[in-house]
Amino acid sequence: MKLIYTDSLVVGAGLAGLRVAIASKERGLDTLVLSLIPAKRSHSAAAQGGMQASLGNTVKGMGDDEDVHFQDTVKGSDWGCDQEVARMFAHCAPKAVRELANWGVPWTRVTKGPRQVVVNAEKVTIEEAEEAHGLINARDFGGTKKWRTCYTADGTGHSLLYAVDNKAISLDIPVHERVEALALIHDGKRCHGVVARCLITGELRAYVAKSTTIATGGYGRIYEVSTNAIICEGIGQALALETGVATLGNMEAVQFHPTAIVPVGILTTEGCRGDGGLLRDKDGHRFMPDYEPEKKELASRDVVSRRMTEHMRKGKGVDSPYGPHLWLDITLLGRKHVETNLREVKEICENFLGIDPAEDWIPVRPTQHYSMGGIRTDAKGQSPQLKGLFSVGEAACWDMHGFNRLGGNSLAETVVGGMIIGKYVADFCEENTLEIDTSLAERFVAQVRDEIDGLVEGQGSESAYELKREMQRIMMDYVGIFRNGPELTKAVEELEALLIRSRNLGLKCKKRHANPELVEALRVKRMLKVALTVACGAEARTESRGAHAREDYPQRNDKEWLNRTLSSWPSSDATRPQLDYEQLDVMKMELPPGYRGYGINNAIAHPDTEKREKQIVEILSNLGEDADRHERQHALMPFEVPESLREKNERLHDKPLGNRQQLGEESK
Amino acid sequence: MSQGRTLTFNIFRYDPQMPDDKPKMVKYQLEEAPGMTVFIALNMLREQQDPSLQFDFVCRAGICGSCAMVINGYPTLACRTLTSKYPKGEITLMPLPGFELIGDLSVNTGKFMRELAERLKLWLHPRNDEADIHRIEAPMDPEEAARLYELERCVECGVCVSACATKQMRDTFVGAVGMMKIARFELDSRDARSVEDFYHVIGNQDGVFGCMTLLGCQDNCPKDLPHMQQIAYLRRKMATALV
Repeated sequence: MKLIYTDSLVVGAGLAGLRVAIASKERGLDTLVLSLIPAKRSHSAAAQGGMQASLGNTVKGMGDDEDVHFQDTVKGSDWGCDQEVARMFAHCAPKAVRELANWGVPWTRVTKGPRQVVVNAEKVTIEEAEEAHGLINARDFGGTKKWRTCYTADGTGHSLLYAVDNKAISLDIPVHERVEALALIHDGKRCHGVVARCLITGELRAYVAKSTTIATGGYGRIYEVSTNAIICEGIGQALALETGVATLGNMEAVQFHPTAIVPVGILTTEGCRGDGGLLRDKDGHRFMPDYEPEKKELASRDVVSRRMTEHMRKGKGVDSPYGPHLWLDITLLGRKHVETNLREVKEICENFLGIDPAEDWIPVRPTQHYSMGGIRTDAKGQSPQLKGLFSVGEAACWDMHGFNRLGGNSLAETVVGGMIIGKYVADFCEENTLEIDTSLAERFVAQVRDEIDGLVEGQGSESAYELKREMQRIMMDYVGIFRNGPELTKAVEELEALLIRSRNLGLKCKKRHANPELVEALRVKRMLKVALTVACGAEARTESRGAHAREDYPQRNDKEWLNRTLSSWPSSDATRPQLDYEQLDVMKMELPPGYRGYGINNAIAHPDTEKREKQIVEILSNLGEDADRHERQHALMPFEVPESLREKNERLHDKPLGNRQQLGEESK
Repeated sequence: MSQGRTLTFNIFRYDPQMPDDKPKMVKYQLEEAPGMTVFIALNMLREQQDPSLQFDFVCRAGICGSCAMVINGYPTLACRTLTSKYPKGEITLMPLPGFELIGDLSVNTGKFMRELAERLKLWLHPRNDEADIHRIEAPMDPEEAARLYELERCVECGVCVSACATKQMRDTFVGAVGMMKIARFELDSRDARSVEDFYHVIGNQDGVFGCMTLLGCQDNCPKDLPHMQQIAYLRRKMATALV
């Protein structure tokens, strides 16, 4: 057995994983990254629109700060998030953006003076301040009060990933490419590393480490149509689940993005709507103002996706061989804007649809996009059940997104979460010794070897490809945008049957080295367990919150469901996860549950909400008039970040400028 | 969009890890579907006809650069190549030349790119190491930022390298991808390196002076990057650097 030791082991070389690796390496720790593919090809590269951080440099961002970002994030989460984590995140986001500028990201910058933008289908002129010239720009995104999304044209993820990977290369961090982790090595209390398989040679290796960080992204590919890269299969979540100890949080919280192209499901960025693009139906009618008069196309993603689906169900969709779709119209932005700020969108339209989006409308439909659920961690990014196991980015349920993530907050989470959790990972490595029990490692390697032997030498008859297709169809049909009891029950039963069938997988290709069929078989068994956590969680949650919309339970029920679903896998022969719930404590919330700002306010209140609201008024009045916003915040809900990240963020509008009015400070 | 055609794929097959295996071309047939790309076709072939077929895709959307291969003689991204583009319905697929072959259509471009980055030090060398992340960031000319982004759009697919005659003759040649990245950092006002520093890296036959200007890089680049312009720009800079 090949045994490889390191201090900080990171599984996944996207933005979140690389950022953690950098934090470890900067502390002098031996650091190693495992990746299915070359780091720069990670799914992080596909993020187009941008990353939220309350820099407040632009006229439309004036008055923005951590408080506004925090409130938008909590409301966006439909109060499902961990508010302390949302605070940590909002506080560190400006630091991460500025750090990335130092690492080489060519953020789009503010140009002083007047410029024309499209707001609510009308061309308006805004004037950027002299002082803001050359500072980092921001665009508008859904569900935010201010223009807060920092960007590089519509290739933000690409720019960020390249800068962060370049930084990792400059620090000499090794990335073992084309390697797949297949099991966590653990003793039920502490995680000691992973068993991984080289996808070229088939070699099995035990990677033993002080800390193991899972940063493998989301599980979108359990669905038939997804905007996710084809490697986003939820294997990281499955590895944690298969320990039987670590839990997954809120797996049923799955986001659908309003504007993926039809039929292939490739994303067109929310920046299209942020920059002024409109949604139209088969009559060319702009329908979003009919449903959401205030926010229109820029309501939260879950809201826009549901409104689009509702509208199509009314027969207003455009018929196509792939079912109904709607139109995204960015023609009003003008060719120059499309060819500079939305250039990836243009390429995608040309290559996959054969249309010119500066002239033609884009066929779009809501499509699986983001996994809010993931490996449950505490605020420091560590699994509460398995010491030494950390998770970050989309792979994790660190839980700043709750039941709906705002656009621009995922790219932000990767680097901000990586920055914060990276420091805690490094702390953990410094405070703990490497515990090496080679017999334990060998036992886990033997388990994986047996599994592979069984697949290669066994007489199984089931096809991995077929099981995967069936799973993806079930998830699409029964665990989609709108959910209901009978369909979810059906989904659980059918997935369970597939899981049982997956014990009888057989291979046509018997190679032990590079063998794509073997890779597929190893994954599909694990993906089915992940799919079951989503379906079972959704079936059990009899309320509607954020992206989880139950037709049979349309109310957000804070009274009974202000909690986080925790899934664990009871034993290797189990066919369903065990569900437990972790309550959110209203009495500790800075922002108690309230109206989110969309549709009718039909939430069933939590008994503590009123109590907490009164308490907040009291706390604030005791503080007196002189307390600044930081003191008020601290009095309501103190939060911790690593010491080097504690300092306040400087902003243009905090400075005593004589011409603040001219800068566009909005009266509140 | 043609429908109901039968497509013929001629695919390069070779497993370098099998001692007895020899490179060969294998013919497959497949019913064409509307909107079919080479990505869709290869997956169908693997699922339905030959599960051992090796190829790479990640984003399947023209964003990540994983799936470059030679299609009917031209290196390009397979994910966004529509089968309808070929009127005869015959499609020949070969792996990118110039890279380590993993098997069939899969080559190790990632390993190449990482080595190139280490060799040419393709990361920002900041002028100001002390930049404080808690303070307002240093301003940057908006036009400069836009220009940098234009050059940064490379996805490291390897097409320029495989389409380069110099690279085929001399393995140590850095190729258009290396020069594009050097140009990107040379233009970046935040980078501390001088023209002289870059001269030591690419002011030779393995760099700008090795290029024969056959423009395979520019002609085939899936991101339409201005390789010719950047190589000419670097040459001019290098030629005058040490005068």
